[in-house]
Amino acid sequence: MSSIDAGASVRPEARNPVPDTPAVDNASSDDPSSKDSASAANPGAAGATGSSVFEVSDVSVYYSDFRAVTNVDLTINDNEITAFIGPSGCGKSTMLRTFNRMNDLIEGARMTGTLEYHGVDLYHEDVDPVAVRRRIGMVFQKPNPFPKSIYDNIAFGPRIAGTNENMDDIVERSLRGAGLWEEVKDRLKTSALGLSGGQQQRLCIARATAVNPDVLLMDEPCSALDPIATGRIEELMLEMKQDYTIVIVTHNMQQAARVSDRTAFFTAELDPNTDQRTGLLVEYDQTTTIFSQPADERTENYITGRFG
Amino acid sequence: MVAITTELRDQLRLRRSADTSGQIFRGLLMLALLVAFASLLAMILTALTRSWPILSDRPLDFLFSNTSQNPDEAGVFQGIKGSVMLAAISSLVAFPVGIGGAIYLEEYAGDSRFSRLVQVLVRNLAGVPSIVYGLLGLAIFVQNLGGITGGRSVISGGLTLACLVLPVVIITTQEAIRAVPSELRQAGYGIGATQWEVIRSVVLPSAAPGILTGTVLSVARAVGEAAPILVVGAVSGFFQTGTLSFLEQTQSFFTALPMQIFAFTKQPAQTWGAHAAGASVAILLVVVALNSVAIWMRARLDQKLRK
Repeated sequence: MSSIDAGASVRPEARNPVPDTPAVDNASSDDPSSKDSASAANPGAAGATGSSVFEVSDVSVYYSDFRAVTNVDLTINDNEITAFIGPSGCGKSTMLRTFNRMNDLIEGARMTGTLEYHGVDLYHEDVDPVAVRRRIGMVFQKPNPFPKSIYDNIAFGPRIAGTNENMDDIVERSLRGAGLWEEVKDRLKTSALGLSGGQQQRLCIARATAVNPDVLLMDEPCSALDPIATGRIEELMLEMKQDYTIVIVTHNMQQAARVSDRTAFFTAELDPNTDQRTGLLVEYDQTTTIFSQPADERTENYITGRFG
Repeated sequence: MVAITTELRDQLRLRRSADTSGQIFRGLLMLALLVAFASLLAMILTALTRSWPILSDRPLDFLFSNTSQNPDEAGVFQGIKGSVMLAAISSLVAFPVGIGGAIYLEEYAGDSRFSRLVQVLVRNLAGVPSIVYGLLGLAIFVQNLGGITGGRSVISGGLTLACLVLPVVIITTQEAIRAVPSELRQAGYGIGATQWEVIRSVVLPSAAPGILTGTVLSVARAVGEAAPILVVGAVSGFFQTGTLSFLEQTQSFFTALPMQIFAFTKQPAQTWGAHAAGASVAILLVVVALNSVAIWMRARLDQKLRK
């Protein structure tokens, strides 16, 4: 992984998603298991390229009796950045947390439908959520370094995973990957809480990558950061897409437009059966398409600022 | 223009009388603090002035002499020794059991009917008068388990005090664990830590300073209790030493500072009043020493965590 030069600007060539490659045959192009008539348009299948990492079929997530998100069909592609956008309460964070089974930690949370990761049913009873989270890392809304040294923060994951690799090498590689090495190499043994917010969030990204995950889930990673720190993270994401598949939830539509290859627009609507608001996927497509000629009127209203 | 400026100046004028109720409340708060502080100060001053005849005459001799019938030779060394041993035994028992129970309740028990029942019981136990624990200790540790504890011994006393502080240790540990930000747990799980790894490497280190302070304070409080050890059988002014081995000492008659204070106050005040006050100063010293250790350890842990 190359080191990242200073400078907060996003590389211009990366602003636009990669040119569309011819559609490869892909299980997601039309999901036969989708039974719900509401998803007849099947927004999740739009324009799939590359090989898929996640295949989401007819997924609904419940918190006890409350249905947070309903009948989602979606394909996440390898080495791409996929953005989930939408108003508050639309279930985009809930959806993100199904990918590494973080919802398992919430009492009363359950999921229906199927979610496959490289063809493996993530919610099969033989699947260990701990093993899942070692391959599918997560970066949270608020930077959450452990109250330990910078070094120990990075070493935490590799230590519990039991690595044979030299720990100093892992720490240096992870910090370089997150563009933080030059700033902290002389104070690795000092507390991570002494870093600025942006540095802390890059430390959290480094910590997540230290266990060599395959996917990085980012839940509004820049919402607590200033524009300069945000720019650094966005730049970093574009670098990291070479090695990782990234799914990011963001409230910032410009951010989605700047960094993502594909965008999924979620919204919350009243479910006439239960009289509760529930999240649903409205449209999923190339980011350029979503932001230039969205197919759904609700998407257009949202991205043009008419609601949300 | 001038009129507007005047009007604005009037609106912006500092009104000292406006916040009367706030000022009154502030005064009451300060008064409350003063009352608390003054009573503490009065207590310490009383103990010091009353014990002055002894503390000015033979301070070290008083602290390091054994009990005696002779007022000029009597000291509280056996009481100090007994109190320190009680603190040590009750800590050794109550800390692991209480902290372990609290971790189970917070992290594993979930929200079942059983865990809620236990929760209510623990909270109620924390409010049970200490003399009731004394009766419990008498029945269990002195009578039923007398073969192991040696009956009315310092072990029985220590175990009784352990029962006394256990609910408080559980409650303070639970509070400390609850205070660990959920973001930190999520961070641990997000990297692929198991529940035990999250507890061991994330939750407990963060909660440690709070657990430590709460538990040591509860033991410091218990060390001053006279009622339970009185029931369990602390003997005034008697702690066998000399030829006995350490184990035998723990299984035989004992005394402790609160017991000695109690015994001294039963004697004629002209000759023994200063001794009672002197023993009170000694118990204050023991408690202050315990708390100092807690503060020192907490500071060290904090430093380690947030250097």
